[in-house]
Amino acid sequence: MSDLTALVEQALAEIAACSDLPALDEVRVRWLGKKGALTEQLKTLGTLSAADRPAVGQRINDAKQSVQTALETRRSVLEQAAVDRQLAAGSIDITLPGRGEERGGLHPVTKARLRIEQLFRRAGFEVASGPEIEDDFHNFEALNIPPNHPARAMHDTFYFTDGRLLRTHTSPVQIRAMLEHGAPIALIAPGRVYRCDYDMTHSPMFHQLEGLVVGEGISFANMKAALHGFLQAYFEQDLAMRLRSSYFPFTEPSAEVDMSCVFCAGRGCRVCKQTGWLEVSGCGMVHPNVLQASGVDPERYTGYAFGMGIDRLAMLRYGLNDLRLAFENDLRFLRQFRAF
Amino acid sequence: MRVPYSWLTDWVQVPWNARELGSRLTMSGFELEAIEPAAPPFSGVIVAEILSAERHPQADKLQVCRVAFGNGEPVQIVCGAANARAGLKSALAVVGAKLPGDVEIKPARLRGVQSCGMLTSARELGLAETSAGILELPPEAPVGMPLREYLNLDDEVLEVAVTPNRGDAMSIVGIAREVAVLVGETLGAPPDLPATAQGAQSTGSRVGVTGKDTHAVHLDAAAACPSFAGCIVRGVNNQAPTPIWLRERLRRAGVRSISPVVDVTNYIMLELGQPMHAYDLTKLSGDIHVRTARAGEAITLLDGKKIEPGPDVLLITDAEGPIGVAGIMGGERTAVSASTTDVFLEAAFFAPEALIGRARRWGLVTDAGQRFERGVDPSLQRRAMERAMALLLGIAGGAAGPVSLVQSAEHLPQRKAVMLRRAQLERLLGLKLPDARVASVLTALKMQVTSSAQGWEARPPAHRFDITIEADLIEEVARIVGFETIPEADACGPHRFRGLPEERAGEQVMLEALAMRGYEEAITFAFVDPALQASLFPDQAGLMLVNPIASDMSVMRVSLWPGLLRGALENQRRQQDRIRLFEHGARFIPDGQATREVDSLAAVALGPRLPEQWGLAREARVPVDFFDIKGDLEALLAASGEPESFVFEAPAAGEGLACLHPGRSARIRRHGGLVGWLGELHPSLVKSMDFTHPPVLFELQIDSLQVRRPQYREISRFPQVRRDLAIVLDEAIPLSALAERVTLVSASLLQTFRVFDVYRGPGIESGRKSVALGLIFQDISRTLTDEDVERLIASIVADLRVTLNARIRE
Repeated sequence: MSDLTALVEQALAEIAACSDLPALDEVRVRWLGKKGALTEQLKTLGTLSAADRPAVGQRINDAKQSVQTALETRRSVLEQAAVDRQLAAGSIDITLPGRGEERGGLHPVTKARLRIEQLFRRAGFEVASGPEIEDDFHNFEALNIPPNHPARAMHDTFYFTDGRLLRTHTSPVQIRAMLEHGAPIALIAPGRVYRCDYDMTHSPMFHQLEGLVVGEGISFANMKAALHGFLQAYFEQDLAMRLRSSYFPFTEPSAEVDMSCVFCAGRGCRVCKQTGWLEVSGCGMVHPNVLQASGVDPERYTGYAFGMGIDRLAMLRYGLNDLRLAFENDLRFLRQFRAF
Repeated sequence: MRVPYSWLTDWVQVPWNARELGSRLTMSGFELEAIEPAAPPFSGVIVAEILSAERHPQADKLQVCRVAFGNGEPVQIVCGAANARAGLKSALAVVGAKLPGDVEIKPARLRGVQSCGMLTSARELGLAETSAGILELPPEAPVGMPLREYLNLDDEVLEVAVTPNRGDAMSIVGIAREVAVLVGETLGAPPDLPATAQGAQSTGSRVGVTGKDTHAVHLDAAAACPSFAGCIVRGVNNQAPTPIWLRERLRRAGVRSISPVVDVTNYIMLELGQPMHAYDLTKLSGDIHVRTARAGEAITLLDGKKIEPGPDVLLITDAEGPIGVAGIMGGERTAVSASTTDVFLEAAFFAPEALIGRARRWGLVTDAGQRFERGVDPSLQRRAMERAMALLLGIAGGAAGPVSLVQSAEHLPQRKAVMLRRAQLERLLGLKLPDARVASVLTALKMQVTSSAQGWEARPPAHRFDITIEADLIEEVARIVGFETIPEADACGPHRFRGLPEERAGEQVMLEALAMRGYEEAITFAFVDPALQASLFPDQAGLMLVNPIASDMSVMRVSLWPGLLRGALENQRRQQDRIRLFEHGARFIPDGQATREVDSLAAVALGPRLPEQWGLAREARVPVDFFDIKGDLEALLAASGEPESFVFEAPAAGEGLACLHPGRSARIRRHGGLVGWLGELHPSLVKSMDFTHPPVLFELQIDSLQVRRPQYREISRFPQVRRDLAIVLDEAIPLSALAERVTLVSASLLQTFRVFDVYRGPGIESGRKSVALGLIFQDISRTLTDEDVERLIASIVADLRVTLNARIRE
């Protein structure tokens, strides 16, 4: 029966030589089909003696089995190769850009404002708003700035013929909020404000943030903690803060707020004019006259207020150096702020 | 306010250099704005004496001088200055000297005559803008001393900002008082005035009264002017040179030297903070009255400007009328000139309320006015006058009459004691201070302090106008002990839950929704070009500013579109072909006497529908149209949870916005109210504004984006069935009418209504269109059978035939 061994070897060789599935099928038919070479071998069993038949039959079946296994193994290899070829043919240049609309973005001043609002909300402040066209009472008088007060000269005010004006700060919102809600109160009022001034560092329209906290026992120390906490959170830096004595008609005591320069960590650079400090805010304890004008009893309540330039905070955060550029709405400028 | 360091140290010992002093002042409320050297750098300039001066043999305008400068032999100097003369002491730049502007002095021959150095002018040394000749130094100037040393030119000048509440600090004395408190010193008596150049008839701190004449002064408006010191000086030489030390101090303080009389009044103002005025006595007629202006009265001021003051303006007058606007500027008629010999000097106190705001009416900002508006020490007039007299007589000679002080005691400002409670101090600052510290600060500030059970009573000094309430005292204490000593302490409030109305869409998500659809957020000015606004909204008059920055920023916007269109145009000019901008902000709608500020969201888009990219169908490479932007808007409206509540209406003829294409614009309503507009810019505006593509715009009231809170509805478990129908109907019939009928007939079974094509052309009669609908039906409780759906379609078709004259396209 040496020819059986030879037959198997020949079959296995043919299987191995098959390079595609149709060829493999031909080989299968040739060896294991109804008239296949090994099938034919089984037909010879009838010519053998009954004693030989089981052993020879077993050998032939073993031979068929080994060919069958080889066929299946080869089939799965060829099938996989076919799939691989198909996938290879269907592969694409994944470096081509995606299709469709591209993302726009928010204005950097809005980004800064929303960030500021979120920080204060988390600290328990309400976000309040008020009209941009104001009257003299809310913009000046209630804030302890009577007519002819020298401080009015610091606010180059836009007026309308009937005496109304474009608010020069968002401070009127504190008056409106206190008149409406009374004390205790903790709010910020971000918004657009206007002054007739236009150069590298002044825009006739800009954005200011007013803050107000009034309650029983609210102190200067609380104000320091809140402002320092805010600045550190906003800039995500462990920066120093100092308060300098100053003057605002609506606060007493009043202070200017400096923080250590975020560009040089207080060592001195061009941005901070070598001083190591950046002026970022004005603040103070709410003047008793202001509390009174807003219907809050200054004997029972104390409070602090602060104001800061949102545009300036945006400029410092995003590295802008010319405020005017921020309002020119140049797409090449705006597109730089598409990040969330 | 310019503070020469050397002048300040005349009054108070300063343990710090100029920079350190500046930062101390900054922290206590007087912000240092700059430090400047008193003179630019130069070297080799020495006090010298001209021994002889002879005409140059070859040149009429040159002189040949022999000049001694204390170091060896006199040198020969050729000099072109007319005032070079024998006996004059001046400044010699010796050979090797370096002058400002990189000038180095070398030996030279001028028209054949050797010159070993240069006699210099104040201008050449950077000490003046212009000079008439070489520097004239007083006879006692020590020959051989470097000029820098003699004039103390290594001095520094601090430019300090004084806040409007601190009029008392607008003087050398005022700053010295502050410095004394910071140092912990007390301010001494006024320093002696430096010796003057001229032979002085009278020197020292008291005035030698050599005449008896006074000029009568009447305080007719005593509340506005309760104190007026006057003094006559006769025989003044107003052409005498003002001594160099005084000129130097004026210069460093930023004031020009004019004549002895004017220089002295300026000096006293700068030093003591008491503005003064000098009248030419011979031009005064009759008594002086300080009174308010009468109707029709006019005055020509020193600067030549003629004004009509008005009844709330305080004047100084004589028998002929006004001679000055009190505390602001003197009049031309009685002004002193170089030839004046007899003067009447004024040092008055004018109440701030009587002056405040007046000067600004005429665009005047004067040193005197600024000080009086903020408050001049009402107890200062006599002292100031006496110091002025001493100075003037020393410089310009003459005989002074007695100082006459006219006062209305009842109208002089009285300083009331202010209570400071220990508990309030601690409550407001969050800082506990030892009693002794508080009292010492207040005392150092020249307050009269008495203790009480609760704290202190402090009476502020006459020069302080800003201490009237307890908080003012608390500020003073905090300022002097330093804000840095106050700790940082968290305020612990109750934790309260505040309302968070879910119906109000968050601003950030709204803005992000547009950003995700390719729009960039713009921020434009709220005032716009009236011409542009009128061309867009001819029927709406915006609110005009009285004092705009420029005429094209003079009207409040009634829409965000003018700003956005302008922004789009500018970007088009910057070669941006695809522009999508949006803005969130108020527009200002005049409404009777008031103005409604409407919080709005608006956008403009023009250029290609999508960014340039590969693999895009040809039809996508077209400029945006109405429906692209409507899609963006609908995406936003869908976020309201109730998109079907927004209705787009074609405005009837004459009811649309003038700036929009009448056939391509929509009025947007929600729940019946008008909430916005959408449309293509009117072709005539596209042309006149020079747009390369027609912009499409929308504007929406923010408050219309109220969110309807989603409520879950059960999802059907039964299969859905789709049927497509092509409906042919008249052009004039809008899709909304078709949708309305289909929805009505299918009742609750219609799940989705889609339009997948609109066709006009062959096969369709002209004036008609074919609209292809995809209708998806589903029932919540059972499977729809074919018969159910066929019946439904049949009734839809029947309904459309009757109501819209529509037919099915086969």
